[in-house]
Amino acid sequence: MAEVHLKTPLTEADVRKLKIEDTVYIDGHVFGIRDATQIRMFDEGVRAPADMTGGVCIHTAPNVKRGANGKWEKVCIGTTTSTRMNRFYPPLMRDYGVRAMIGKGGFLQDTVDAMKEVGGVYLAIVGGAAALETMQIEEIEEVWWEDLMPECLWKFRVKAFGPLIVAIDANGNSLYKTIKDQAAEKMKAMGL
Amino acid sequence: MTTIATETIYDTIEDVAKQLYINALTNIPQDVRKALARSKDAEVAAGNQTASKVMLTVLENVKLADEKDMMVCQDTGLPIYKCVIGTDRHIDIVEMKKRLKIGAERATKDYPLRSSSVHPITRKNTQTNTGQGLPIIKLDFVPGDGLEITMSPKGSGSENMSFLKMLLPSDGVKGIYRYVLDCVFNSGGNPCPPVILGIGLGGTSDVAAGLAKEASCFRKIGTVNPDPVIAKMEKELLDLVNQTGIGPQGLGGATTAMAVHIEWAHTHISQNPVAVNMQCWRGERATATIDVDGNVKYL
Repeated sequence: MAEVHLKTPLTEADVRKLKIEDTVYIDGHVFGIRDATQIRMFDEGVRAPADMTGGVCIHTAPNVKRGANGKWEKVCIGTTTSTRMNRFYPPLMRDYGVRAMIGKGGFLQDTVDAMKEVGGVYLAIVGGAAALETMQIEEIEEVWWEDLMPECLWKFRVKAFGPLIVAIDANGNSLYKTIKDQAAEKMKAMGL
Repeated sequence: MTTIATETIYDTIEDVAKQLYINALTNIPQDVRKALARSKDAEVAAGNQTASKVMLTVLENVKLADEKDMMVCQDTGLPIYKCVIGTDRHIDIVEMKKRLKIGAERATKDYPLRSSSVHPITRKNTQTNTGQGLPIIKLDFVPGDGLEITMSPKGSGSENMSFLKMLLPSDGVKGIYRYVLDCVFNSGGNPCPPVILGIGLGGTSDVAAGLAKEASCFRKIGTVNPDPVIAKMEKELLDLVNQTGIGPQGLGGATTAMAVHIEWAHTHISQNPVAVNMQCWRGERATATIDVDGNVKYL
């Protein structure tokens, strides 16, 4: 259960060495994406206008306001459930070179398998702890696809972004699966 | 019988609707704070390192939101207003509903809050947090001249983990327990545990779902169902749910639920409806009363 500080962009080696329940803090950039963003990218086939090679993404739709200079400024930025966007992570890794996804709730087995093959990790943030996340985001650097507000493609500059728990590693291990397997055994023993 | 005093009450309702939305998102209730602290203590005592880290982060976040006057979580939810109206109050319900909607829209524009409301088919965002059928307004009537409004901005991570099943009468209590545990198991970390687990028993299907929402969103942690049979079920289910070990954020631990609340209604001889609704750890809810002179008290 090591504490690891990583700087973006990440390499395959960076993510392959992370182990389940390691705690990660990120410096650099994180891309914000959500349902509508990925429907446009993968179901409508529109190429995202951002270089995400070695990138870290977060499942989010932030609260923002227009600053005096017309720039989007943070109000509250937090994390949404990843599981319903399970099918988009394999193409994010394969077509865009994304190496880490920050979210809550985790991914399903087919995506865990793809992460092992390509070299990607899933970093669990504490869902609902958005005040903390907001303070760790220094600036909203870029926003694409504003017509999808708030489900745009966002680029945030972050400092010591975390704690993030390695919940699915790049070697086929999922903490969610381990916990659920144990829960299934315990429920069987309840004799209901 | 329209007087100036009765007209200004609607301005007050509108202001309260706005403020309650913001209060619910920035200041989580005292009963929830205490339950979160108990959850943290339980994880630390059990030596669960990851769960302890999660709960310490949760508590640090609540404190930070207090200090900086920020939203606790980014999800502005779907706005629900529950209004308990004294029958001596003579409130124009149509006007009140209109003002609650305007209040939610003003909160969205002025704070500003993210709009989470979209058309179910086109997925176009209304950018107001309101729309057809939104805000959701629940009305209840009691004797007297009181007016109490509770606002819950229901978050979607937990709302997506909602379940309804028409069990068989022969499934009995065991069948209910089994179904609730399956719901908790299938939800995993998605509803942001430790949750408030709301269960609706009986009635018709829609009544069961409504009771589950009442149980998850509007009951304080620490309250117990007045029916001793139901109270016993709440206690037993809380114990069973926490035995699963799913834990905070689904990453493992001793506290999957902070509370189990059950509300019930009589049902048909051939029915055994069970509805499950979850509330995430932030347990967002804010209440105000407006007295006959228009004085507002935020509880």
